Amino acid sequence: MVSFIIDGKKVEAEAGANVLQVARANNIPIPTLCCHESVAPSGACRMCVVEVKKGKRTRIVTSCLYPVDEGIVVETKTDRVLNVRRLVMQLLMARCPESDVLKDMAKELGIEPQPAFHPDTDKGKCVLCRLCVKACEDVVGVSAIGLSGRGKNKKVGAPFMEDSKTCIGCGACAYICPTEHILMESTDSKRKIWGRTFKMQACDKCGRYFAPIDQLKFISDKTGTPMTELAVCMSCK
Amino acid sequence: MSKINTLEDLNKAAKRGLESIIPSKTKVMVGMATSGIASGAQEVYNALAEEIKKRKLDIILSKTGAMGMDCIEPLVDVLQPNKPRLAYSKVTAKKVPEIIDQIVKGAINGNKPAYRMDEEEFICLGEKKPYLKGPVPKDLEGIPKIGDVSFYKKQMKLATRNCGMINFESIDEYIAKGGYFSLHKALTKMKQDEIIDEIIASGLRGRGGGGFPAGIKWQTCRRAHGDIKYVICNGDEGDPGAYMDRSVMEGDPHSVIEGMIIGAYAIGASEGFIYVRNEYPLAVRNLQRSLDQAREYGLLGKNILNTGFDFDLKIGKGAGAFVCGESTALMTSLEGKAGEPRAKYIHTVEHGLWDRPSNLNNVETWANVPAIISRGAKWFSSIGCKNNSGTKVFCLVGKINNIGMVEVPMGIPLKEIIYEIGGGIPGGKKYKAVQTGGPSGGCLPDSLIDISVDFDSLWDAGSMMGSGGMIVMDETTCMVDIARYFIDFLEFESCGKCVPCREGVKRMNEILQDICNGEGKEGDIELLESMSQGLVDGALCALGSTAANPVLSTLKYFRDEYMAHVRDKKCPAGVCKALIRFSVSDEKCTGCGVCLKKCPTECISGEKKKTHVIDQTKCIKCGVCKESCKFDAIIVE
Repeated sequence: MVSFIIDGKKVEAEAGANVLQVARANNIPIPTLCCHESVAPSGACRMCVVEVKKGKRTRIVTSCLYPVDEGIVVETKTDRVLNVRRLVMQLLMARCPESDVLKDMAKELGIEPQPAFHPDTDKGKCVLCRLCVKACEDVVGVSAIGLSGRGKNKKVGAPFMEDSKTCIGCGACAYICPTEHILMESTDSKRKIWGRTFKMQACDKCGRYFAPIDQLKFISDKTGTPMTELAVCMSCK
Repeated sequence: MSKINTLEDLNKAAKRGLESIIPSKTKVMVGMATSGIASGAQEVYNALAEEIKKRKLDIILSKTGAMGMDCIEPLVDVLQPNKPRLAYSKVTAKKVPEIIDQIVKGAINGNKPAYRMDEEEFICLGEKKPYLKGPVPKDLEGIPKIGDVSFYKKQMKLATRNCGMINFESIDEYIAKGGYFSLHKALTKMKQDEIIDEIIASGLRGRGGGGFPAGIKWQTCRRAHGDIKYVICNGDEGDPGAYMDRSVMEGDPHSVIEGMIIGAYAIGASEGFIYVRNEYPLAVRNLQRSLDQAREYGLLGKNILNTGFDFDLKIGKGAGAFVCGESTALMTSLEGKAGEPRAKYIHTVEHGLWDRPSNLNNVETWANVPAIISRGAKWFSSIGCKNNSGTKVFCLVGKINNIGMVEVPMGIPLKEIIYEIGGGIPGGKKYKAVQTGGPSGGCLPDSLIDISVDFDSLWDAGSMMGSGGMIVMDETTCMVDIARYFIDFLEFESCGKCVPCREGVKRMNEILQDICNGEGKEGDIELLESMSQGLVDGALCALGSTAANPVLSTLKYFRDEYMAHVRDKKCPAGVCKALIRFSVSDEKCTGCGVCLKKCPTECISGEKKKTHVIDQTKCIKCGVCKESCKFDAIIVE
């Protein structure tokens, strides 16, 4: 256990925890976009920055990655911190002017759009938080999508931006996307995502379409469970 | 080639090497680093080979690296027994027969060498060997000694000690210069901690830009826990106008390799990587040849120098991303993934390449190590200034007379680099600023011309040492345009992982473009400042957090120039096309008609011997008229 100060309050935490976890456990709100409990933090969005004083050195760090340490002093709302958050928010609002999630978040944080930034029209609602890529790679284990290009041309997609051949249609990417950028259209028997249309499996018992057949095949291959056993929905199991 | 196991074996190789460095017959050397080849050294080399063959002469033709004075390349050095070494500058294939004539006749006629060398310095051995016994022949006395040439006078070559002096294809020549004796000393006479203590005591700071004490880094890595440890050389030099590391890797690859083997032994690493950008094909080739040679001699691989120490090195080639010069991005790239940096709250010396303790230093840092081990920490720390021992290699480019690579003791006043070594600004123009530290650095204006060139002074002035680029600017350089240029470079090179760098640098570029286009608005400067602070604090890696430096430092020293662009819609330096207008001076124009003929849009009219006129509607502001006017009659405002 280590003890340190956050926003004037003395707290204790397990060594190895990061500042964000400890702050949230102590009801200190820190905004985030690229952070999700299912995947390892990457520090990409920079919304979660805080000011940390360690010894004589004070610096701005990302709380999602910064490991807690004995005696550090953390401030979550200094001018420097708020300046970074405002810049990040304004930059993202200019990148994704259509995003309601960003608009709501900005409103909550009291941040107005920066009129000097000409809004982009070609980025959709993607903030490049990379949660979808990490979920697909680390949680699902398929790596159907990835990041390509660099800098302002970086984007998420299937290899060569073609329709994905490896995608199993599980929809984890759409589920984890914080800005609702990834579109998944589902009708009863079909699901559309990443340029492909997946056939859905109807439950052997209740007849409800519940999962893409490709996803069930992937699970069957990975676990050795026969397809017949997987053709029953969670409610009927 | 047999393996080198003992000091005796090493001495034998050194003897062979010395016979080829100062041979008993005539030797002709061509500077064949990229800087030489770019100015035509390959043609010169071929012409020399042909001429020697044609005349059936018993002359050794050899290649060497870059001496540094790129503006006088191709360089051909002639060394005849018992004579000074003569350097012929700006040699062309056409001039080759004349030079060969001079060698055969033994007399200088017409083609005067740029300088002569009477002796050769062997830094690692701490000695000088004369090329000749007795006095310099009368007819050569008039040729300046290299030490009297202003470009070389104040230089001191440690990291580049062998560049331009030895044949980079010969390991024996490297050994003759004292090479691999430091490795022998380290492996047979020094304990690992002693080596680290020596590097700490020397005060060697990382030459890649950060200036972190190399010895402390080694010590932390040595103490870190891990089954395998790595040493890595950062050869991903990507700053515009910087090519120090390339020159060392091309001209003296063994110095880097030897430094790394010594470091690996001290740290306890068993494997190492040299990460070189693939745009440096000659550096890759020369390094690979040297690695093969070192392996053949038993200086790499199992049981090095028969001491039981195992270590091997591989080359990792970068695909041309500036960000891969950042340590964590470099390591990610070495792992085979896209080169993106990560937060460094946990240091790479503890968790680096493949999560193992990894010690990364840059080319120049590694190249200094053998010299420190052979000559000692006391000697090294006596060079340079307080907290900044040793030398630093810079590339002097831009609006400067002597363009080239220079190595100077740290703490030298900037003035001496610009006006003495660099020979001042061409065309009698006024010095305006120098950009140090590449795109992540900043500019130093005329008021700081006396600044001591060392890590701390440059940092305090709002710039940084960086890896060593020095881009000199004169009065015809617009500082807003320069800031825009660097920001544009960084926008292109941003990896795109974090928001402040990916989106912020892009927006800063848009604002700067607007300002240069005469569309700057009140408040733009303040917005740039606040965004810069956001970048400094908020970006993930050093590329992002220093990306605002060119804007911050130009704003600090040239704010009035920004104001002129935004408020008065004027570009004082006459660079930003949207803000300037070309016209002809009534007083100065002689009506010679040169501009009229040169104008690509035929927008200049006028009778002979009468003042010419520029049609503003057709003028594209290319500046050709101004460049071609001998009477300085073109006004830019």
